[in-house]
Amino acid sequence: MQELINRAKELLADGTVARVLGWKAGDLPYNPEPAYFETAEAMEDFVYNGFCGANLSKYMIEASRLEGKTLVCLKPCDTYSFNQLIKEHRVDREKAYIVGVGCKGKLDIEKVKKQGIKGIESIGGAEIADEAETLTIQTIYGEKTCAYADVMLERCHVCKGKDHMVYDEIIGESKETKDAERFDEVARIEAMSPQEKFAFFQKELSKCIRCNACRNACPACSCRKCVFDSNKFDSSQKANVDTFEEKMFHIIRAFHVAGRCTDCGECSRVCPQGIPLHLFNRKFIKDIDELYGEYQAGEDTDSKAPLTNYTFEDAEPSIVGKRG
Amino acid sequence: MYKIAKENLSALFQLIADSQELYLPVKTAGQTNFAAWSKDAEVDLDTLKTVKSAKDAFFPQSEGLYTVKKEGKKMSVEPEALKEQDFVVFGMRACDVRGLAVLDNVFLADPIDTFYAARRDHGTVVALACHEPEETCFCKVFGVDAAEPLSDVAAWMVGEELYWKPLTEKGEALTASVKELLSDADEAAVDAEKDAIHHIVEKLPYMNLSLEGWDGDALSEKFDSPIWEELYKPCLACGTCTFVCPTCQCYDIKDYTAGNSISRYRCWDSCMYSDFTMMAHGNNRTSQMQRFRQRFMHKLVYYPANNDGMYSCVGCGRCVEKCPSALNIVKVVKAFQNQGGEK
Repeated sequence: MQELINRAKELLADGTVARVLGWKAGDLPYNPEPAYFETAEAMEDFVYNGFCGANLSKYMIEASRLEGKTLVCLKPCDTYSFNQLIKEHRVDREKAYIVGVGCKGKLDIEKVKKQGIKGIESIGGAEIADEAETLTIQTIYGEKTCAYADVMLERCHVCKGKDHMVYDEIIGESKETKDAERFDEVARIEAMSPQEKFAFFQKELSKCIRCNACRNACPACSCRKCVFDSNKFDSSQKANVDTFEEKMFHIIRAFHVAGRCTDCGECSRVCPQGIPLHLFNRKFIKDIDELYGEYQAGEDTDSKAPLTNYTFEDAEPSIVGKRG
Repeated sequence: MYKIAKENLSALFQLIADSQELYLPVKTAGQTNFAAWSKDAEVDLDTLKTVKSAKDAFFPQSEGLYTVKKEGKKMSVEPEALKEQDFVVFGMRACDVRGLAVLDNVFLADPIDTFYAARRDHGTVVALACHEPEETCFCKVFGVDAAEPLSDVAAWMVGEELYWKPLTEKGEALTASVKELLSDADEAAVDAEKDAIHHIVEKLPYMNLSLEGWDGDALSEKFDSPIWEELYKPCLACGTCTFVCPTCQCYDIKDYTAGNSISRYRCWDSCMYSDFTMMAHGNNRTSQMQRFRQRFMHKLVYYPANNDGMYSCVGCGRCVEKCPSALNIVKVVKAFQNQGGEK
């Protein structure tokens, strides 16, 4: 982390960048927040550890409008989102100085707490340089430990890899964290009967409180004004109702980001009710892979995307009936 | 003081539910929220904080107000009925009980919100002391005692027993209706539990947060501070903090149009949303900084100004746990402390 801080200070000092977009230390051991730093003094609060899960690509939409370059810290998976935003002309590559930061998997404090660990005072092993595979947690109820891998975010278990897709320089090593197959969970749901599928999603989505955190954190949801924020149509779009309307919100969102979603996992990370929202998006990714050939959104900035491109080999609409 | 063995709680819930509705913390798809009790419900009294507070029991996130129906040339208006059945909310925490007092000041003041008032009249609250408060808790800052859940019935879970103490007439009535399952108990075990809780509270990092400088008189000084411009920046403008909050009370009224009928409903609104308080002339808060500032000014300045100094935060810490950007009211208060309120 010190190397990162030193380099950021250097780039601030020589005027290469006007500000740094990273994370500021929180007031608990696990709550750093995304923050801008404009001076070397302000960098004293800079932190980069296992709890810096937030994907800062989306903040670059706003930062692209600011005067001067913004140094942005992006983890390997975040760079897919940034590339996708370049492709959609939502961020300005020239306004970003991308430091690809190393990653050894990001932590989910909810998973730590689900292990019954509470009254947390400090957490050891979450630093990037730590080789430890165990977190040592001091709590007012005594010392606890848990395996790093057991409390990682879901997305880290299906990590897309250690490589940054776009960067100006890379600081820090990344670690392989993948220990599950990306589409296994989707396949499990595909195998359910229609009734079981409905029951599964009904149970999950009935927890939705319409807070819009999934949408607002999503780098693919970059509309200046969302249709669901419109007051021009008389639906129950703002109510947390257990009807079609609420499912429609999530289904429309999944359709809207299909082919553009990089599977960054922010939707599921931010959901206060722990709804596995990424499953919708991943289902679309799996279908696109099967119907149009393997495609990873955000891998590059110039390839043609399957859903916005036409080829003679494209699947015909009748495929829906054939696949059942 | 009474007690009941933990293993007999399901019999207690069954007995209550025989005569009235019962809401309590239930785990569904991995998350614990207040929900109606049923035989199959996975009751979860170990989780300290439900994701949402029990606010829904009195002020539901969405509720119908009335329906207008058209049949031929006839139009009819059918108002939604007020709550008429008694119900019990079991397992609220002391902070959430204070949250009801905050809501009472808003909804029971003239003009009285009849939907809310009916639910308050018919609801009996059994509140549970916090056996193991957590690092995100700061109820003590607002004078709430995690060990004294002051409501209709106060309850403490000590080992394998639940201790039960009616504090109001409603609490006495509920106690009488379940007396067959309760046995007399002395206060000793509960006194020890209270001491233990107080001991834990003193160790928690947020419990002694100072609110010096935050009151109804601090309006201009706080409103005009340049600190907000820094603080709001990571805010994603989602409504998580407002929807998990036990005291946020803002709502929107909207119409759901379905061909021959219109249902007018109200639902919680969030000051974080771009269309919040949208009026004919446009929006009175045009930037996210202003929306962000509104939430904290309301909790710590405007509300106390209108309610004899009472804050409309109860220190439950749900926003601390749930904000996707790790922002929260504690960080706001600390930011002003660190910079003396001026920059």
